[in-house]
Amino acid sequence: MNESEARHLTAENIEPAHGVGASLRRKEDGRFLLGQGQYVGDLRLPGLLDVAFVRSPVAHGRLGAITKPAGAEASVFTMDDLVGVKPIRAVSGLQGFKPSDQWPLARGKLRQVGELVAMCVAPSRALAEDLAAQVEVDITDLPAVVDMLSARGATPPALVHDEWGDNVFLHTQTHIDPAGALDRVRADAPIVVRRQVRTARQSMAPIEGRGVVCQWDSRLEQLVMHTAAQMPHINRAGLSECLGIDQGRIRVIAPDVGGGFGYKGILLPEEICLAWLAMHLKRPVRWIEDRREQLSANANCREHAYDITLYAEKSGRLLAIDCDATVDSGAYSSYPFSACLEAAQVGSILPGPYRMDAYGCRTWSVATNKPPILPYRGVARTGVCFALEIVLDAVARAAGLEPHVVRLANLVSPGQMPFRNITGKDFDSGDYPQALNRALALLDLPAWRARQRQGEADGRRIGVGHAVYCEQAAHGTSVYHGWGIPMVPGHEACAARLTPDGILELRIGAHSHGQSLETTLAQVAYTVLGIDEAQVRLVHGDTGMSPYSTGTWGSRCAVMSGGAVAEACEALARRVRHIAAALMGVPSDAVQVGPEGVVCAAEGQRLSLAEVAHAWYRQPQRMPADVDPAGLEVTVGYKAGRDTGTFSYAAHACALAIDTRLGTVELLDYVVVEDGGTLLNPQVVDGQILGGLAQGIGTALYEEMPFDDQGQPLASTLADYLLPGATELPPVRIEHLHTPSPHTRFGQKGIGEGGAIAPPAVIVNAINDALAGLGVEMMQCPVTPRRLREALRRAGVGA
Amino acid sequence: MKAAAFAYRAAASEADAVALLAAAGDAGKVIGGSQSLGPMLNLRLAYVEQLVGVRGIASLQSVTLADDTLRIGSGVTHAMIEDGALPDVTMGLLPAVAQRIAYRAVRNRGTLGGSLAHADPAADWVSVMRLLNARLHLLGPAGPRSVMADAFWLGAFTPGLAPDEIIVAVELPRFAPGARWAYRKLCRKPGEFADAIAAVWVDPARGVARVLLGALDGMPHVMDDAAALAALQSPATRPDATTQLLDDAGLNDPDARALHAEMLRRALADLDRFGPGPGAQA
Repeated sequence: MNESEARHLTAENIEPAHGVGASLRRKEDGRFLLGQGQYVGDLRLPGLLDVAFVRSPVAHGRLGAITKPAGAEASVFTMDDLVGVKPIRAVSGLQGFKPSDQWPLARGKLRQVGELVAMCVAPSRALAEDLAAQVEVDITDLPAVVDMLSARGATPPALVHDEWGDNVFLHTQTHIDPAGALDRVRADAPIVVRRQVRTARQSMAPIEGRGVVCQWDSRLEQLVMHTAAQMPHINRAGLSECLGIDQGRIRVIAPDVGGGFGYKGILLPEEICLAWLAMHLKRPVRWIEDRREQLSANANCREHAYDITLYAEKSGRLLAIDCDATVDSGAYSSYPFSACLEAAQVGSILPGPYRMDAYGCRTWSVATNKPPILPYRGVARTGVCFALEIVLDAVARAAGLEPHVVRLANLVSPGQMPFRNITGKDFDSGDYPQALNRALALLDLPAWRARQRQGEADGRRIGVGHAVYCEQAAHGTSVYHGWGIPMVPGHEACAARLTPDGILELRIGAHSHGQSLETTLAQVAYTVLGIDEAQVRLVHGDTGMSPYSTGTWGSRCAVMSGGAVAEACEALARRVRHIAAALMGVPSDAVQVGPEGVVCAAEGQRLSLAEVAHAWYRQPQRMPADVDPAGLEVTVGYKAGRDTGTFSYAAHACALAIDTRLGTVELLDYVVVEDGGTLLNPQVVDGQILGGLAQGIGTALYEEMPFDDQGQPLASTLADYLLPGATELPPVRIEHLHTPSPHTRFGQKGIGEGGAIAPPAVIVNAINDALAGLGVEMMQCPVTPRRLREALRRAGVGA
Repeated sequence: MKAAAFAYRAAASEADAVALLAAAGDAGKVIGGSQSLGPMLNLRLAYVEQLVGVRGIASLQSVTLADDTLRIGSGVTHAMIEDGALPDVTMGLLPAVAQRIAYRAVRNRGTLGGSLAHADPAADWVSVMRLLNARLHLLGPAGPRSVMADAFWLGAFTPGLAPDEIIVAVELPRFAPGARWAYRKLCRKPGEFADAIAAVWVDPARGVARVLLGALDGMPHVMDDAAALAALQSPATRPDATTQLLDDAGLNDPDARALHAEMLRRALADLDRFGPGPGAQA
């Protein structure tokens, strides 16, 4: 029995069979595993027409005449046809932010390859593509702005938005130096490590791409849009703003969604075009994104550049961090998160769980002629963790210390909780040093060091690496109103009702794109109402049937939807007790609701939820005259006790082997010790960690969306854009710490993104550990074999 | 992306396929397992007016073992070779290569002939058939002809096939006792096209000593010279001999040179390590 198995058998860790904390099998898996899920692409409507778009072939150009194919003029639409439609405008309220206008179909200028130019509609996608191929577009090429650093420099190659005068959406400055330490440490810090760090532009790759099926319901005078979306209410708000029709006349339905990761939180120009077209034609229309559109035109994310300096004592204690951070935000500010959330966030989240005396950070959100940068699982945290954690390892090398010694010298300790870090982030709870120590023990660091010293028979070099991160999640109004973006989360609502036969229906405005909400929220209902999870139905993903919500983003559903479901179930329980008490002829407070049903222990009476519901709906003659008329249907809003967010965190560690002649990296072992507080469903949490981890391995070693100097994307299929698959994933061992959040209903913390945050730092730290003796240090991801070989060659190693 | 409209005819026989292609002129194209041409049509990188399907032609699935050769119908799939559905005359080389082509779903449909006709320079069968200098049996309106693999390809993605010719079969030499092989390919992850291929076939009884470098910009390069192979195998002469081979293969990029040199070194080491009989790959 290994340590991990043993841990599961200790008394305090015995899992319940139901409710919060149970590793319940997923309720939704039956339909998914049998191929019975219903995605946008599965919809078949009579008279459905397909749309294909003419997209910009250039990164930057002036748009001239668009010539529609002779005889097909009525099937091809340009922005001039979309009368009254407004551009997407995602403004941030941060001072100095320059807004961009993203017209659903291009107007005036083309600012990225793949930008929509014209919309073609036909009875099939193939015929629509035939039409698109016949549309002639006059374009006058302009110099492309491709590199973010030169774009924000003194002499940029061009202006992406002519009227701005520069290419900067937003510049921010953070300077926190209460004791005036920064000037001093610049002069005399014993250890100064400055590095340039870059992360590649990536493209999110959910198995299901975006897709829209849209129709006009003439009975309800309502636009009905089925779209692969994770934030349907926000889509509706954005559609309303761009189309100029009220939100009540728009119903957005997100059916089953095959992965989102942030991409499906974005209002797409395609959605606005399809909405307009459905209203214009009064026929159902469809656009299903293909992989080429997704990869090269739409789903871009991640591209960061750092110039970061760490100041430390010889003990490894951090004195200060000073950083210039630049994010390539692409051509437009996307709705609703805006073009600046990623970079500006770097300024506030870079220090993370570490203590220091002073901190300075300047950020730039830079406009380039590339697709807009969109939030991807972890958002800015993956880049921030990468930059800080690999430079912390460089500090350790400079100090001659093991990297964990440097981290332990600076991590917040449990005794300091709740902890306000240098940028004012309020950490709710946690034991960061324990997570790191346990990860290293689980990996068996001494054994790997011994193997490393001994050397491999095949000549490969062994490396060991680790990283620590925190994940602020479910942060609410107090955090987001400051950004001034189109979306601020407030109370999260759940509408709960018992049907006449005692089934519990839960309606929430968030949506699942893989989060297992149908299972975990039913577990919450069990814990409050004692209702078997099989008797619970979750209705979500439909603005017509659910309360308003900003949706699924920011690792917020376990906390916010979970909290809302608990509150709604408690309100419902009060109603049930009232009715049951009337039926039993006892006072309400003598009645309890739980797994045994609705029980009055004193009188030895018991009713099932179904019996109570049946009496309420179908035998009202049994109710007393003064019964509470509100019934068995409630809508309740929820906010966490404090809305500054939960802080889940983890230490990841890995061991790997590098073939220095080929530049190949093999992950030999990988461990995760994470703390998500109370886990609603440990198996679901493990699934989230593993899925995120796979994406993090992609960021570390494989995924890159390169552009040439004309701004042409060089990867347009999955043959060029490499994703890790089953053969690239190492065996992973996961352990959980359990520090409940004091702010949330069950002590749960948001964990949905964390798996994707640490791996690039962990893996590159291990690579640099393996190569430390060779004078090679990688400060960029992905570490491709070619990059590694070239670095080794520059250092005089290898061929 | 969806393919532009095309006409499709399933050929009933080899002769029927040739007749259909001849009737289509330059507008026709054979489609086998559809694993390369299919995506190209969908991406509209290829436009074809008349597709001629050959998967239903029974004779293209035939496998014939002769005294000195094995003749494999061009419609045989990678999976059939991987699964040992045909006699192995190569001491395990063909099955070993087959099981690392793309992934199983592709191998279930992709065919030997389709791969050779598509002529991707990084494809495995292109390298293997060049290494073995297999004989390709072709059929056109003027009747059958055959051509050795050494002379078949005109360049990358350019087989020496007339628009109305099809590959009927590939005829491989049966390895003699004492033959050895090694096949190394490097790819970013299993199933991807190779970044570098190095392969060796030594068959003393046949007087064969061939070394191949593949996954080049152009088609694979073969060195057919026992003395040069000996020079590669001797530590004293290896550096110069390697440089010469890399030059001959047209490798200019320093990284590509280093990678191919390393794969060659490993292939030669495999050959030494395994002695007479099956080689290895990694």
